[in-house]
Amino acid sequence: MAGQTVAEKIISAHAGKRVYANEVAIVRVDGAMATDATAPLAIQAFRQMGGKRLWDAQRVALVLDHATPAPNERVANLHRLMRDFAQETGCHFYDVGAGICHQLMVENAHVKPGDLFLGADSHTPTYGAVNALSCGVGSTDLAAAMLTGKTWLKVPQTLKVVLNGTLPAGISAKDVILRVIKETTISGATYMAVEFTGEAVVPMSLASRMVLANMVAEMGAKCANVDATGLTLPYDWEPVFADADATYARVITLDVSDLRPMVAVPHAPDNVVPIEQVRGITVHQAFIGSCTNARLEDLHEAARILRGRQVARGVRLMIAPASHAVFMQAVKDGTVETLTQAGAFFVTSGCGVCVGTHQGVPSDGDVVISSTNRNFKGRMGNPNAQIYLSSPAVVAASALCGVITDPQDVL
Amino acid sequence: MQGKAHAYPVDNIDTDRIIAGKYTKTLDFSQLAAHCLEDLDPTFSQKVQAGDLLVAGENFGCGSSREQAPVALKAAGVAAVIARSFARIFYRNAINIGLPVLEVPDHTIQDGDQLSIDFENGIITNLTRQESYAATRLPSVMLKILQAGGLTAYLTEHGDYPSE
Ligand code: SF4
Repeated sequence: MAGQTVAEKIISAHAGKRVYANEVAIVRVDGAMATDATAPLAIQAFRQMGGKRLWDAQRVALVLDHATPAPNERVANLHRLMRDFAQETGCHFYDVGAGICHQLMVENAHVKPGDLFLGADSHTPTYGAVNALSCGVGSTDLAAAMLTGKTWLKVPQTLKVVLNGTLPAGISAKDVILRVIKETTISGATYMAVEFTGEAVVPMSLASRMVLANMVAEMGAKCANVDATGLTLPYDWEPVFADADATYARVITLDVSDLRPMVAVPHAPDNVVPIEQVRGITVHQAFIGSCTNARLEDLHEAARILRGRQVARGVRLMIAPASHAVFMQAVKDGTVETLTQAGAFFVTSGCGVCVGTHQGVPSDGDVVISSTNRNFKGRMGNPNAQIYLSSPAVVAASALCGVITDPQDVL
Repeated sequence: MQGKAHAYPVDNIDTDRIIAGKYTKTLDFSQLAAHCLEDLDPTFSQKVQAGDLLVAGENFGCGSSREQAPVALKAAGVAAVIARSFARIFYRNAINIGLPVLEVPDHTIQDGDQLSIDFENGIITNLTRQESYAATRLPSVMLKILQAGGLTAYLTEHGDYPSE
């Protein structure tokens, strides 16, 4: 029998038969998640399908994160609709302020290695960091999964990204993934699974692995997997490895030993340049947040740069921790104090700033440096703003200096 | 199906441009229709008429998983989307809500052309230019869902997914 990629293995285990790339399979799912951006439509579709009971309430989670706290009565009523639905069906429910959906799914072990998970959000591939096969779907697909516990999938081809070498000090997983996206472009992995492997991955924390898996969405991929070698999780688990003779659609090999900080310039996440090319550009708003980079190690990185210093005049440095739990850890270890003293301010754990629903909308002509994953025109709520994407370290260094700055220059 | 083409020969039209995140938090589809494609072409919602066809370049619908994107197009009156290629979530979502999407890698459709679509055979005829183009075939699961009018209609009728 021909060898299998991780995606082929996990899908086979859920299809009840051995499948390979390009085959179509009906599979059972282990979990389903939707947010306030997608759940109201999903609930409506679920009811239209005649749904009364969830296929398994313990395997469904609803999260309020995209527009939280509610900016107006319309959204507040959608939140109410979700609260009522959660109460009625008994599914898991995360209310305003609990955190960003993807962080919560991993943090609270709703998704585990080997699982097949559907999320009604495009950054659901993030759980490839824990060896799960997780795909983003729309509301109607999610409604169907909530009803039947199943979905249909086309088994993806796999792009393998081999990361060799050792990351230089101060260079992060975000720089790696931006470099990879520069290579693949925004459509280079459309419909594909992306496997990250190689010696540079082994020492990476779970948080860093989540950064890699998160941004496969910016290559058009369906799902991700980060090689489990070196991964530790707070529960018993079995890693899923690809077979040595698995078939790959494409292999990209990069040595990260000389990697420099990378920045995606407006208006696409694949417009990636090394920091030298954008150094010195004036910034007005700096943001550390999102499901890409708002975990404890990201806040620590920012604190390392800003400790005992002050954010430049004319720059607003906003931070939205990935979850309430992350925020609490940062409160306890003094990171919140360090950053607040430096002039940063904290907003609700959630998506608002990243997706531009409310909070921190930039003005016309504003330049934003952000640790998020998308800089499409209008992404943060204003099509006349310029959004640059980078690591939290570059965001912090740029906030400190008021211009896009290489962290190395201020440490 | 027959209709007039609104051609935007641009690649990577993302879901933020199809319907901006700030407008998506609603179940009122007329609101979605009113702001559809606003950042790409502010006049689109006035120009488009029921039954018109949208034509775009590569990787149409990339970006977020918001189902409001195909819903907005459908609510605005778009009867089908033709693109050289699609982003995968948009593609699934469109079929799930019953908006036909046709992947046509090779065509010379211009804005204003009158098109006729034969879904059974995946052929698009350009009545203005007397040409025809081939669309990529859908997997049979997708075709069944689309023929039912979308996944909701399919599941309401059959109670479960089609067998493969
Ligand atoms: S933080 Fe941003 S990218 Fe992540 S789920 Fe929220 S809106 Fe989407």
